[in-house]
Amino acid sequence: MKMTARFLARLTRHPADNRVHWLAWLLLGLLLAILPWLVSAGFGNTWLRILNFALLYVMLALGLNIVVGFAGLLDMGYIAFYAVGAYLWALLASPQFGLHWPLWAILPLGAGVAGLFGVLLGAPTLKLRGDYLAIVTLGFGEIIRIFLNNLNAPINITNGPQGISAIDPVHIGSLSLARPIDLGFVQVPSLVSYYYLFLIAALAIIGIAIRLERSRVGRAWAAIREDEVAAKACGINTRNVKLLAFAMGATFGGVAGGLFAGFQQFVSPESFGLLESVMVLCMVVLGGMGHIPGVIFGALLLTILPEFFRHIAGPVQQSLFGTVLIDPENLRMLLFGLSLVLVMRYRPSGLWPSPQRRREIEDVQRADAPADVPVSPM
Amino acid sequence: MDIFLQQIINGLVLGSIYALVALGYTMVYGILGLINFAHGEVVMIGALVSYSVMMVLVPSGLPPVLLALISVLVAAPVCMALAWAIERYAYRPLRHAPKLTPLISAIGVSILLQNLAMMIWGRGYHAFPDILPAIHFDIGGAQITLLQTVTIGLAAATMGILAWMIQRTSLGQAMRATAENPAIAELMGIPVNRIITLTFIIGAALAALAGLMVGANYSVAHYYMGFMLGLKAFTAAVLGGIGNITGAMLGGLLLGLIESLGAGYIEDLTGGILGSHYQDIFAFLVLIGVLVFRPGGLMGERVSERA
Amino acid sequence: MNSVLLRADNISKSFGGVQALKDVSLTLNKGEVYGLIGPNGAGKTTFFNCLTGLYVPDSGQFTFGDTPLISHAPDKTVRQGIARTFQNIRLFANMTALENVMVGRHARLRSNIVSDILRTPFNRREEQATEDMALQLLHYVGISARAHDLAKHLSYGDQRRLEIARALATNPRLLCLDEPAAGMNANETAGLRQLIEAIRADGISILLIEHDVQLVMGLCDRIAVLDYGELICEDVPAIVQQHPRVIEAYLGSGAHA
Repeated sequence: MKMTARFLARLTRHPADNRVHWLAWLLLGLLLAILPWLVSAGFGNTWLRILNFALLYVMLALGLNIVVGFAGLLDMGYIAFYAVGAYLWALLASPQFGLHWPLWAILPLGAGVAGLFGVLLGAPTLKLRGDYLAIVTLGFGEIIRIFLNNLNAPINITNGPQGISAIDPVHIGSLSLARPIDLGFVQVPSLVSYYYLFLIAALAIIGIAIRLERSRVGRAWAAIREDEVAAKACGINTRNVKLLAFAMGATFGGVAGGLFAGFQQFVSPESFGLLESVMVLCMVVLGGMGHIPGVIFGALLLTILPEFFRHIAGPVQQSLFGTVLIDPENLRMLLFGLSLVLVMRYRPSGLWPSPQRRREIEDVQRADAPADVPVSPM
Repeated sequence: MDIFLQQIINGLVLGSIYALVALGYTMVYGILGLINFAHGEVVMIGALVSYSVMMVLVPSGLPPVLLALISVLVAAPVCMALAWAIERYAYRPLRHAPKLTPLISAIGVSILLQNLAMMIWGRGYHAFPDILPAIHFDIGGAQITLLQTVTIGLAAATMGILAWMIQRTSLGQAMRATAENPAIAELMGIPVNRIITLTFIIGAALAALAGLMVGANYSVAHYYMGFMLGLKAFTAAVLGGIGNITGAMLGGLLLGLIESLGAGYIEDLTGGILGSHYQDIFAFLVLIGVLVFRPGGLMGERVSERA
Repeated sequence: MNSVLLRADNISKSFGGVQALKDVSLTLNKGEVYGLIGPNGAGKTTFFNCLTGLYVPDSGQFTFGDTPLISHAPDKTVRQGIARTFQNIRLFANMTALENVMVGRHARLRSNIVSDILRTPFNRREEQATEDMALQLLHYVGISARAHDLAKHLSYGDQRRLEIARALATNPRLLCLDEPAAGMNANETAGLRQLIEAIRADGISILLIEHDVQLVMGLCDRIAVLDYGELICEDVPAIVQQHPRVIEAYLGSGAHA
């Protein structure tokens, strides 16, 4: 019996040419390794900084993808966990309280505390679905921001709207990533060392996300997303499994937040507004909900493209009209809003959806087509 | 001065505005099951258009009341046209898509409108001119200004007309039928698409009025005002039971009172630990509390099972 | 031989003013195929939902084996060995048939999130065993060729089979089937009958809600009849068929006149 099953499994698995894969992965690895040097040589440090932020957003988007994409729980206050991770780092490694904890202590603690917040904020929302859940999580996100903004009195904890500055940079042992590192044959600039740190963290998170997707708990998340009642009837404790999704997603956010604080050496409530939550959600949705490569693509696209735009919009207008007609920042957001509307209309399953997800949405549309309400002229 | 009574009056003014905006959310949700995330921005556009019209007309020396009237007569059609366009181009094509799709589209519209407004009116705060003379009446130790009286009265009258329209006219009947079941309504010969468009347009007219009221009462308007206001009005709609017209009015007033009393007393209640700048938290706490403990709202049915 | 597997004592449940179940008591023996029949709205599915923990009964108690079912949490009921299917098929539509069955195994697996992330040797073995087992079950219900198709792309009859396979994956002692033959043609029904016989032969007891009288009479060892939420008789098919109240319930009181 077991033999037949094994045979069936082998028969039905897709064959892949392993050699080609190896080569592609090797090239990709090489590219990722030399990328910061290429970017800083070709485009300057501004773009290297943007690249580092792109990696932070990859971590955030993958964290939110666990909640929204895997488990189907629409969380619009996700940035709160990023804030928790960032502020925890800021409080434990800055002159604010005179504490200077090391990386290996704060980062896991930040992940853990963020995860705990995930459970605390997730627990009251377990019975809610769809857009109700979205609004409640949005409210939670705002509450956390309001607290960060106001916890400077009567006891000064967060330093209010001014934020916390002079945060310790990331240290690995006695090595500070804020200064160039001399390897003897080459000087590694600070931004490049941060790039490698963020890359390692991002790769770890990608690995975890991939493993979770194809595991017992990943299947349980998908089952809840598909049909909660049937999931219960399969013996899934839906409450615990949902909380696990919130916690896991929040953990990723906490890690990204801690790294952000160490990198920026400054945090303030302004970095954790609703627009940031929306931005991360858009990375997930535009990229392709639930599809890890799509989500990574979405995060990279939405970090890099707007920056690209910001940098060229001014000069282009200058050369075309002789003056800057529209503030590039303004124009950037204008186009962002517009592209959300357009992508939802023409590619509702995202720019790079999993093949399965695309089929699913097309099915929905096809099934609905005959019932469509004809457009009556106004 | 009686602080309690004063806060009640302030709460009623705030609540009337919330109620007007909440009606826009609740009517659209009732019919489409969609959170019209961009509705707050329509209020913002209404306020800013009113502001601009008034600023243009101030040199003419017309009496301020007339200025306000003209400005709302301009702002309302602008908002209605805007709402029509939003519905037609951002929501209608997505009517059968999964729930998340129109929500993201709505967020896109919201960002778009905010930035358009920022382009036109700039980032600054705009001070509204005084519409009514600064007369006030004393009631039991508290003061109510003429403007506040008119705001509450006008909101009440508008809502009364709306309620009458929905309950008594054939248009209202068609709206209720569409909310109940669009497919069946269609079969009964109701032009569903037109009803949906009209719902958006009516909501926008109320939003324009609310925009003027916000500007007049708090004498500021700026490109970012729509977001928080919209969120709170949505909370009010949920509090009353989303999809329920009476609920939206009640929820609006209640939320206005809760916020106003909360802001007035939070320092005493918490022994000075939390100050009045936590005012915004009340709306969210109410929202979360209602959805968790009574998801149908005060007047609604149970809706948490709705996917 | 005739040891009791499931005992229901005075189960009552009402919705608003409607009494869906009124003091229903019945016993199901080990190894039995036990039919639960009755006109539409008699309370059969409500009984299922109470048993499997989706509803909490207003009063009464279930005893399964030697232990009372107290918690009324669906996942705990599954752990205790009661699995079910749904009247209107509820599969995970956008997951493959294989994944559907693997989800059914959830409660019997011991991997947790940490071992999932670390991919421990234990975890790998368990995943492989789960996949093997799921394929076996698909083979058992006769749809192994469709293992990698999305559940929603399966034919109606195959979806019913897949739902049974998913329920079997929970390793139940009692399998509750809610109208498994609904919407099936004669051929499919015959196949279903064979499948149920095979499951019984493997030592799993079956509680069956079904409208197809022939199927019920031919398959069940004993039958309980519900009408307006009340148990009107519980016996072997031959006697149930002759029971005056059953005839009345099915044909209306006019049948006597």
